[in-house]
Amino acid sequence: MPIAHTPTTVPVVIDEAKCIADKGCTVCVDVCPLDVLRISDLTGKAYMKYDECWYCMPCEADCPTGAVTVNIPYLLR
Amino acid sequence: MDEIKDGLMEVTCDVLVIGGGTAGPMAAYKAKQKNPAARVVLLEKANVKRSGAIAMGMDGLNNAVIPGYATPEQYTKEITIANDGICDQAPVYKYATRCFDIIQELDRFGIKFQKNENGDFDVKKVHHLGSYVLPMPNGDTVKKALYRQLRREKVLISNRYMATRLLTGRDGEIAGAIAVSTRSAEFLVLRAKTVILCAGAAGRLGLPQSGYLWGTYENATNSGDGYAMAYHAGAGLANLECYQINPLIKDYNGPACAYVAGPFGAYTTNSEGNRFIECDYWSGQMMQEFYNELQSGKGPVFLKLNHLHSETIGKIEEILHHVERPSRGRFHENRGTNYRERMIEMHISEIGFCSGHSASGVYVDEFARTTVPGLYAAGDMASVPHNYMLGAFTNGAVAGEHAAEFAANVELPDYDPGDVAQERDRVLAPTKREDGIPPNQLEYKTRRFVNDYLQPPKVTAKMKLAQARFAEIRDDMENAMAVRDAHELMRSLEVASILDCAEMAAFASLFRTESRWGLYHHRVDYPEKNDDEWFCHAILRKQSGRMTAEKRAIAPYIVPIDESERSAYDRQRIRQHA
Repeated sequence: MPIAHTPTTVPVVIDEAKCIADKGCTVCVDVCPLDVLRISDLTGKAYMKYDECWYCMPCEADCPTGAVTVNIPYLLR
Repeated sequence: MDEIKDGLMEVTCDVLVIGGGTAGPMAAYKAKQKNPAARVVLLEKANVKRSGAIAMGMDGLNNAVIPGYATPEQYTKEITIANDGICDQAPVYKYATRCFDIIQELDRFGIKFQKNENGDFDVKKVHHLGSYVLPMPNGDTVKKALYRQLRREKVLISNRYMATRLLTGRDGEIAGAIAVSTRSAEFLVLRAKTVILCAGAAGRLGLPQSGYLWGTYENATNSGDGYAMAYHAGAGLANLECYQINPLIKDYNGPACAYVAGPFGAYTTNSEGNRFIECDYWSGQMMQEFYNELQSGKGPVFLKLNHLHSETIGKIEEILHHVERPSRGRFHENRGTNYRERMIEMHISEIGFCSGHSASGVYVDEFARTTVPGLYAAGDMASVPHNYMLGAFTNGAVAGEHAAEFAANVELPDYDPGDVAQERDRVLAPTKREDGIPPNQLEYKTRRFVNDYLQPPKVTAKMKLAQARFAEIRDDMENAMAVRDAHELMRSLEVASILDCAEMAAFASLFRTESRWGLYHHRVDYPEKNDDEWFCHAILRKQSGRMTAEKRAIAPYIVPIDESERSAYDRQRIRQHA
């Protein structure tokens, strides 16, 4: 049974100009209750890897540089 | 990160607390205070700093029993009546007598509660009979304040480990737990003299109307793991058929919230802007009226604030858009809903298990003890009805103190290494398959059938169909589920918890052949309350590998309830609309 890649827009967006994950910051990844954020090997910046969001906002509230914005997931917007 | 690694570590402790949300940190803190020499481990699937139902804080206490405003007797009576009489009063009374100490302790931690101009606690009335609601102006700081206390008491915290099964000793007593890293799939065996389960609600049981798996009322991490672990360890679970269903903002699926806005003058209405319920306190009887209005020609249901002064609404927004579920403001903004102009469309939540708001939980006594020796439970997953956040704190404290004493007087039990080997095989099975069904599809299907067949009004034939569908999904889960990394492995383990809870929900609902608790257990083919046969708890448990249910007598009331008071919560509908 092959696995398909179905696209979804993700609710959490990162302003890469402000994100300091490449300097070692992992705050948003650490605090996310659903553990859906990761640091990209490619860009060194945080991104939402899994679309499993409770739009609860610790990632945004705790980000030291204001780089994270939590939007309402499209299905319930 | 997320790559699956092979690993197994073993640690030993006196008190193991599973779940670092609300009850868990308080249990760990109190256990350590009771016995500073004890090794206390707090295990958390996410990160204790921001986990559980109060990850972003809480806007107030819903059930504060404060001298001068309410008495433990009054509160015990109110909860007994609200829960249709099915209530062992001892744990409720214990909570009611203890919770004021906990409020004062939280106040000392820096969590401030609202006071009036005389310096007294500013208690509001939302319940049918008494006054118990106390706002928390800096409620966004709760988790930070708790975390400071845990560090100060040197509680050992293990984040990103998901407990999957409890370990028991030769005589069925608790011996610890098995956990798996959510980021590497490495195993941790935690040997313990006592375990306190504080794993929260089973909030990912029903599917929200939006169809988004994570758009649940409860923090979506709360997938019922504690219920499943207690079940497999042989503990009794009480009144699971008394589901949690809450009135929520449609689509957003968070509270609106009548407890916050109600004291300012907001209320629940139908589409004509008329009130139809007497009292906004969440009870099964209130939910039945809410459901009836939703289905009627006067539906849907709204929360009305647009008659209030703009400044008053500003104060409500200040609370609702900053604490507990702060993304609520963004949801309204997207839809152009300003509380000043429009009423807020409401709906009912998906079903779940949660004693925080109803009464479906692992059976506990007034010391938070389950029916398994050495195993405690507190918070949303323990059977103390309507216990909310303050109940989680208070009963967590009760559990922590009792467990610390218990641990001081027993030897560390041995466990069977065969149990660990068997559990590793079960957990890792989906990692061994080259391809197969991903956990999200199994979860969606399970929860869609929960909605189709289990949510009230409950129908016997539908619930039996649910059992047949769940058995097919279980077969797929055990033989065809595949995962690609440690994160998906966590999701696969949550699917197992969800499916266990779905099967328990069907089994418990079929067992109680009457209707009770308003909408929570409205059985269309048994529409009447039957006190002669069903004025009792229904206890579900695993015996010889099978799910069983039995009746359990309600403990004699400590606070007597007059015949005339018993039906207070049955009269929810405003008379002219009846």
